[in-house]
Amino acid sequence: MWTVPTLFGVTLMVFSMVHLSPGDPAVAILGDKANAQSVKELRAQMGLDKPLYTQYFIYMSNISKGDFGKSATSYEPVLDEFLDRFPATIELASLAMIIATILGVTAGIISAIKRYSIFDYTSMFAALAGVSMPVFWLGLILIYFFSVKLGVLPVSGRLGYEFDIEHITGLYLVDSLLVKDYEAFWDALKHLILPAVALGTIPMAIIARMTRSSMIEVMKEEYIKTARAKGCSRFQVVAIHALRNALMPVVTIIGLMFGSLFAGSILTETTFSWPGIGKWLVNAVYQRDFPVIQSATLIIATVFIAINLIVDLLYAVINPKIRLS
Amino acid sequence: MREFIRQYKKNKSAVVGFFIVLILLTMAIFAPFIASHLPADQNLADRLIPPMWEEGGVVSHFLGTDDFGRDLFSRIIYGARISLMVGAVSVGMSLSFGLVMGLVAAFYGGKVDLFIMRIVDIMLAIPAILLAIVIVSILGPSLINAMIAIGIVGIPTYARVVRASVLAEREKEYVIASRINGSSNLRLMFKVILPNAASPIIVQSTMGFASAVLESAGLSFLGLGAQPPTPEWGAMLSDSLQFIMTAPWMIFYPGLAIFFTVLGFNLMGDGLMDVLDPKLKDK
Repeated sequence: MWTVPTLFGVTLMVFSMVHLSPGDPAVAILGDKANAQSVKELRAQMGLDKPLYTQYFIYMSNISKGDFGKSATSYEPVLDEFLDRFPATIELASLAMIIATILGVTAGIISAIKRYSIFDYTSMFAALAGVSMPVFWLGLILIYFFSVKLGVLPVSGRLGYEFDIEHITGLYLVDSLLVKDYEAFWDALKHLILPAVALGTIPMAIIARMTRSSMIEVMKEEYIKTARAKGCSRFQVVAIHALRNALMPVVTIIGLMFGSLFAGSILTETTFSWPGIGKWLVNAVYQRDFPVIQSATLIIATVFIAINLIVDLLYAVINPKIRLS
Repeated sequence: MREFIRQYKKNKSAVVGFFIVLILLTMAIFAPFIASHLPADQNLADRLIPPMWEEGGVVSHFLGTDDFGRDLFSRIIYGARISLMVGAVSVGMSLSFGLVMGLVAAFYGGKVDLFIMRIVDIMLAIPAILLAIVIVSILGPSLINAMIAIGIVGIPTYARVVRASVLAEREKEYVIASRINGSSNLRLMFKVILPNAASPIIVQSTMGFASAVLESAGLSFLGLGAQPPTPEWGAMLSDSLQFIMTAPWMIFYPGLAIFFTVLGFNLMGDGLMDVLDPKLKDK
């Protein structure tokens, strides 16, 4: 219910932050040595001479038409630049999340079943270490070991220069499979693996902790005792009776983290020179390209809010208790 | 207090966390006595010396030197001061604003609550690191601006924690008794309710310290926080990128320092949660 007003609030906040900040965007584009006349002309052209509320109104009406403005450095439409880079980030975030979910859920389940065992202590300490890990540092360590020392995985980029695959979806793994170029697929996967592991570390740690505590809670329930009393095997109890209920909160957290991975990828993409939206945004910050910063923030926040909303709705679908209330 | 210490000591990882933080504090306070060199002292004749135990290493540069011949160990020791300062300033800022917002929202309820919590929702709608980057890009890259950005980004989380904690206390009998006794709203909020709602806030502040250190290192790594030659760990990592093949020690040790600092505060926060607010555990 609050999605639209929240989104509206985000536009207002980002717009005011960018426009009330010190410094003149026209001077930033033209440089300090530009004469007053050309600055004035550019200000008029950019609409900066109008009152702030009028500028906001124009900005909003442009956004509603899908016009997010043009980059101050490349003069390309911001939306086009975003769409060019978005698949790279989606590909990275998705693989990171897949790795995090598989390993995190498995470790969490085993920890819960074998509570207070060596495995439990080790994996939970590893999970806490994972939450405390600076991803950019982990990325550098992975590059050092796997790329510099062992030379088995590439240092940066999305695909080797020798490959040229047709852009169908923009997701190189999918595109290479679609055109049946398996060597390119293997190369794309090799490029993807280190950044995905680095990006997936924190979600993996959170998922493992969440799965463990959720499983422990569920295993205490009466219906688990009933299942055991009926003579179900340990595997049946865990896999059929406990897991389904224990994974409810885990599914929510996975969804929510997927949204935040888009923002979290900023550091990972910079470390691995991954050409996604994170790196694009950081470059825009270096170049003080405010139209890109403003719109990129808004688009990422929209994606983030949309994912959260979808998670909420999905949760209601899979959890009858919520649906009924 | 004795009971608190006894309970805290039971949690081994919390004790480890406490000692990590203690070491960090010692490093920060006694940096001039522990460090063998000044953090900005350059000596180009000594550039890129490896750690003592590697071939070519020297005892006077225990962890080696960087590309300007600065002693890495000394820079890491002095870096503890910066990290602790960033944590303290950012958490202080988030906490003071978040505390007032959460307290007022929960105490007055109704439209005031709705208004404040909508602002909180809007701030939370933008992922933390992204919002921090936007704020720094507007204010300009510097350590102070990074601290301000991290401080602002943390406000909504604290506001939520304080609000939830105060809501749980607001209708309790001792509050009603104090109200009947004629306590003013200010007294009710800060003297009566707040001390009883403090546990989750203390836990959040400890954990918040960890994320502030991590975020500040991240911003500095991107070149948006501390600027050279400040011995900030994230900035040191950023400087070392081009030396990953020739001088990997420049990458290992500053990163380890960040990792242990964040881990220390997280472990401590976990331990405090166990003792102060067991209900929150595992949530």
